[in-house]
Amino acid sequence: MPMVYSSILDWVNFPDIMANPYYPFETYNLPYDISQKLWEIIGGTIAWLINLLFPGNPVSEWLVCDMTVNFFALIIFMIVVFLVVFIGILISLWEERKVLGRTMDRRGTMVGMKGFLQCVADGFKTFMKEDTQPRKVDRMTYMWTVSLVIGTSMLIACMIPLSDRWYVVNYNTGLLLIMGLFALAPFFILVSGWSQNNKYSLIGGMRAAEMMISYEIPMLILIATACLMAGTFNIGGIVQAQYDTMPYFIPQCIGFVTFFVCANAEAERTPFDLAEAESELVEGWQTEYAGMKWGLIMLADYMRGYVSCAMITILYLGGWNLPFIGDLNNYVPELVFLLKTWLVFFAMIIVRAALPRVRTDQILNLGWKVFMPLSIINLVIVLLLKMGGVF
Amino acid sequence: MMADDNSEQTKTAGQMPAMKPVVDVAAETAKMETDKMWVIMGPQHPFSHGLWTLKIKVDGEIVTDAEPIVGYLHRGWEKEAENRPYPKIIPMADRLCYAASMTYTHLYCMTVEKALGIDPPDKAKYIMIIADEINRLQSHLMWLAAVGTDLGNFTVFLWAMREREYWMDMNVRLCGARMTTNYPRIGGVRNDTPELFDRDIIRCTEHFEKAVWDIIGLIDDSSIYVSRMKNTGILTPEQCANLGITGPALRGTGVDFDLRRDDPYSNYDQIDFDVPVLKQGDSYARYMVRVEEMLQSCKIIKQAMAKVRALGKNAPYRLKVPSNVPAGRHFAKLEDPRGESMMYLISDGTDKPYRLKVRSPIFVNVSASRELCMGCRIADVPAIMAMIDMCLGETDR
Amino acid sequence: MSPIREYDSSWEGDIENKLTEKFGDKIKFTGQEIRRVYAHVERDAIFDVCKFLNDELSFEHCANVIGVDMKDYMQVVYHIDSYTTYKGECVELTVDVPNDDPHVKSVSSIWGGANWNERETWELFGIVFDGHPRLERLLTPETYEFFPFRKSYKLRGWE
Repeated sequence: MPMVYSSILDWVNFPDIMANPYYPFETYNLPYDISQKLWEIIGGTIAWLINLLFPGNPVSEWLVCDMTVNFFALIIFMIVVFLVVFIGILISLWEERKVLGRTMDRRGTMVGMKGFLQCVADGFKTFMKEDTQPRKVDRMTYMWTVSLVIGTSMLIACMIPLSDRWYVVNYNTGLLLIMGLFALAPFFILVSGWSQNNKYSLIGGMRAAEMMISYEIPMLILIATACLMAGTFNIGGIVQAQYDTMPYFIPQCIGFVTFFVCANAEAERTPFDLAEAESELVEGWQTEYAGMKWGLIMLADYMRGYVSCAMITILYLGGWNLPFIGDLNNYVPELVFLLKTWLVFFAMIIVRAALPRVRTDQILNLGWKVFMPLSIINLVIVLLLKMGGVF
Repeated sequence: MMADDNSEQTKTAGQMPAMKPVVDVAAETAKMETDKMWVIMGPQHPFSHGLWTLKIKVDGEIVTDAEPIVGYLHRGWEKEAENRPYPKIIPMADRLCYAASMTYTHLYCMTVEKALGIDPPDKAKYIMIIADEINRLQSHLMWLAAVGTDLGNFTVFLWAMREREYWMDMNVRLCGARMTTNYPRIGGVRNDTPELFDRDIIRCTEHFEKAVWDIIGLIDDSSIYVSRMKNTGILTPEQCANLGITGPALRGTGVDFDLRRDDPYSNYDQIDFDVPVLKQGDSYARYMVRVEEMLQSCKIIKQAMAKVRALGKNAPYRLKVPSNVPAGRHFAKLEDPRGESMMYLISDGTDKPYRLKVRSPIFVNVSASRELCMGCRIADVPAIMAMIDMCLGETDR
Repeated sequence: MSPIREYDSSWEGDIENKLTEKFGDKIKFTGQEIRRVYAHVERDAIFDVCKFLNDELSFEHCANVIGVDMKDYMQVVYHIDSYTTYKGECVELTVDVPNDDPHVKSVSSIWGGANWNERETWELFGIVFDGHPRLERLLTPETYEFFPFRKSYKLRGWE
């Protein structure tokens, strides 16, 4: 890295990022690339400005040396990944409002870029509302459980890779980790419902927790089945396996449908949204949260929906590859992945528009007596296919 | 656990002393009441259409007791009516049931006409049949919208309201207002049907008879809806009749009684229609009865419209009536969309009524909510109460 | 289900005969119309008449319990319908209640439909129904101290 900043063009120099000895990943990572370039620009500007006043000073040298470049690039990397996921979730929120509106014979949101900015404005408004807190709640659990629900949802939403080169960590048990964090939510919801000192929240929290726990079991079996077929838990590996053979919704069609329904249940969407059964229990476990907390809970709901759709895309629809196109794949796989995710979400929205709420005991009946056997049947089919050498 | 009394056991040498329980567990458990709580589906509740409270006593998920609390909208209608001359009570009668306002006004006019001993002209009677049935359709469509939301689906609400808009347009064509129409008069109706009304009505019925199947298909073809409505809120026919439940809720239980057919008023005996009756007695049966009623209303409207057209343009539609009503006691009954409504008039020769009493079907239907909700789950309560179709204006008067 | 309009004009005479047979002079018939029978009953016989109507003559539906304030005395008017044997018939029973002793035996043990009607009549007129399981205020607030529909309760201040 040249230390002399005699001309402005000196710091827009963008060296090969993988040559940096502190480069944290093993393969090319696109968001890290973007963030390093951003830091080059920002840090380089600051270094050049300081260099103008005090030529040859150690601070500007430090600002552009490898270690600091890596450090600040990682910070910007976090922001870049978060922003992309956030905008993706806002787009799914917008998609829901428009599509739901059209099924109900109305137009949905119309203001601002076909209605997209309305969602942003709504989120902004929610954050500005007064944050009331009933006096007798258990303060510690009241605040911490919500933060944990939102935090874990955001964590897994950011951890899902959008392509071979857009990932946060790339390790061999990726899918299992995502599922594990995803499955933590019912415990937090249960404690949160209790902590609000309200009969309705208590009932709502218990119902949500029991429903989510009973639907996680088919999900886990199905994830294990898909990974069995691919031979690895690594997300990139699963996608590559599907590219090599065929998208897994063809041999595992039962599993596809079951996973879709379980994903609906996990994301607490109608027909399984008894936790926020408005007509019976006001808001269920979210009753006593107001203002920013409620806004974040709503966002967490959409994040979990996004994560479920992303998992469906990875496991069954072939991830970020388009079939039969070949080399064109390498251009914008991220966009392909996001479009497929939003397509699955579209199906979830149509299901929400058409179906009423299922009663609690009927939900549990379905979960244990219908979906778990189906997932086991799916496992048996995959085992047979594997043993027969087809995959 | 050793709950038997160990006090007699003595510590003799060589014997282990018996364990004396610190707390007598069995007795304590028997004393403790198992966890029942009163859940108040309070006045501000998304499912209660109108302002009323339903307190239910819940044991886990099962309802063991229910107590409705009404009276938030009590306006002293009957007392107020004693202070007004007869024609001025007609707008008041509109506000009794604001969802189907012409039925109560029609009922009131029938009562006063009976007291006066006059018979309104045929044309007016047929027009009132059409107006009654339009209001029945509006009311049932609003009920259908509410059923969707109570069970968790907003799409049905918007589709049903979309269909209702066509019937509101018919209201506007007939008398100029969508709600609280102020259209019937003592001795007839306020104005004749406007130009091309028959063409519009026929178009409306034909559109409705096709479009309603979209909504019904969304409900009937979905096993979730059906399973939430079946086998909940079951009553036997004897229980229903004894509790005073009337209307579609009664016909869904197997009792074949409809005032339009069995106690006909206002020329209903000239119209040919069917009365749907189902035997199961659960919420789904009551829902099916109302859906069938909507389709039968279309049939009635077409026949009545043909009769109006046959009477011609110049037939009279209103009689002049004296302002003083001779003394006597009279009452009239009408099949409201929600049940059997009745008005009882005691007149004393002046131009103001002495006593005017309104019988509202929902007032009695909702008093039976304890028997209806007993033994079901919390999640079933909105579904059951949606089938009663609350309209607070007439309950509280 | 084709419309069946069962009606036999001999039904009113039938009902009158059966009631007179059983209760003699406690019941006086004041009028008769198509599908309507009007009668005036003594206060002490009303419960038995209602029981007879429900059990023997299958009048299962108590439509109304109305209170009337006639200034010198009060009245309770019952409307009872039949669904089975005399389909479409309605019997109106009027009972006179003296002002100083406004008690009538409650019929809510015969018909559940009379329960809330009697409660409403009590809270608006002050006629006490003996044997009613729960005579409390329903439409008016609990702290209300008057019987608002009595003629002595003036609605407007200048009367």
